[in-house]
Amino acid sequence: MADTVRIGCGAGFQGDRLEPALILAGQGELDYLMLECLGERTVALAQLRKLHDAKHGYDPLLERRMRGLLPLIKKNGVRVVTNMGAANPRAGAEAIVALARELGIKLRVAALTGDDVLDALDPAQEMLETGEPLSSIGALFSANAYLGVEAMLPALESGADIVLTGRVADPSLALAPLAHHYGWKLDDAERMARGTVVGHLLECAGQLTGGYYADPGKKDVPGMAALGFPFADVDGDGNARFSKVTGTGGTINRMTATEQLLYEVTDPAAYLTPDVTADFTGVEIAETAPDTITVKGARGRRRPDALKVSVGYHAGYIGEGEISYGGENCRARAELAGEIVAERLRGQFQELRVDILGLSSLHTRPMSPGDYRPYEVRLRVAGRSADRDMAARIGEEIEALWTNGPAGGGGARKSTQEQIGILSCLLPREKVHPQVTVFES
Amino acid sequence: MKRKLYELAHARAGDKGNTTILSLIAYRPDDFPLLRDRVTPEALKRHFAGIIKGEVTRHELPGLGALQFVGHNALGGGVTTSLAVDAHGKSLSSALLEMEIDV
Repeated sequence: MADTVRIGCGAGFQGDRLEPALILAGQGELDYLMLECLGERTVALAQLRKLHDAKHGYDPLLERRMRGLLPLIKKNGVRVVTNMGAANPRAGAEAIVALARELGIKLRVAALTGDDVLDALDPAQEMLETGEPLSSIGALFSANAYLGVEAMLPALESGADIVLTGRVADPSLALAPLAHHYGWKLDDAERMARGTVVGHLLECAGQLTGGYYADPGKKDVPGMAALGFPFADVDGDGNARFSKVTGTGGTINRMTATEQLLYEVTDPAAYLTPDVTADFTGVEIAETAPDTITVKGARGRRRPDALKVSVGYHAGYIGEGEISYGGENCRARAELAGEIVAERLRGQFQELRVDILGLSSLHTRPMSPGDYRPYEVRLRVAGRSADRDMAARIGEEIEALWTNGPAGGGGARKSTQEQIGILSCLLPREKVHPQVTVFES
Repeated sequence: MKRKLYELAHARAGDKGNTTILSLIAYRPDDFPLLRDRVTPEALKRHFAGIIKGEVTRHELPGLGALQFVGHNALGGGVTTSLAVDAHGKSLSSALLEMEIDV
């Protein structure tokens, strides 16, 4: 491929491993490094931290990731595009600038804000999942619109070394640098769609290179402990070749790419982002060399008129407890223990869930015929309450099984966690006002 | 003769709210028509009885040898508020591959 731009993906979720990004930035000969670190719940949790302290609310791993990356991106001229700004991109940019000064590195960080639309929502507006009005879920504490390329372009045009965003559509983290580099027009739906495919294939990082894929003996993946993350070489029409740094673990082939292409896509003929309505049905994936594939053939139509918004609300507390049983008759003892706890907590929880791990916790039952007799099982009971102390009672009752339950219960554990619910709605584009602020070390 | 989907195809599960999205991909392109005939939305809904409580829709992607299933009301009320161990339904791909079809 003649003129191409190379984008690597160094993180596919908030807690992703740090090393693969360092390898990409150091040896990947990248033009851009994208770091996708912001889930729906992650941004809501970040908003809670910001409410607690106005200097926080950016990604909790921001400094750790950047400490290793800054010298490498400076040395190799790699520009970073990341949503690690989370609920507070400006504070995140200041944190990066402070870190750069400490390391003696001169750089510029462009912070994109405007995705926080909590004040722009109409309480009467319907939620996409339930059709109920927003006001029916009580007080919302976060609302973030998915911004796209249009909002990100000014940040790239500023020439900043790092573009730090809050909520943007994940594929836009790759599409925006492509549109910037090649000067693609916002209404060029075909190229926007092809660039969106690039972003979608990259956005989960290791999920393209054998992560979430390996199945020993069936779908073997070499060197998984040192799983390498992917990069794409993209031409001016949006056709792309994907590979990974030589010597890293993992694999890229037609199967890993097909799984990732379809991952979380509810309609392959109409994948909606702020940038385009992308049609994946004509996508062709070809293996052209070891750990190398080419991808082409996505089509595009006009972008949606409205932006999707994720709203966060307090959904009470989850209480959980677990205890294990082993050997002969273990299943019956675990089931008896579950019945005992359910009876002791009867009437106190709207929903109480009793699972036997090792038998029925994932799929309610073994999914193929046959009599399963596990050697050991683990009872798990979980329930939700608006009251933290009430939620904690579940774990307390599990622990009480030690001396008040069936024989041989061991390894009791309990936890109580605040639960953040996420729902979504739509917002007209004109109600969103993106803004870029540049910080310099 | 019955065969498990595990022998013929690989799968990945994704989630959106209370919806599970299951990709079923033939190892060999030649097996795609068989999967298309046997793994209908109705058959999938029967296999996932008690798990997928809402409607099941299916998209066909012959060029990729893949079927894409969207199962509604499948994740305990929604990923963020589910009480399930596997709130995202990530393991449902393995549940799908346990399905047996006539060949």
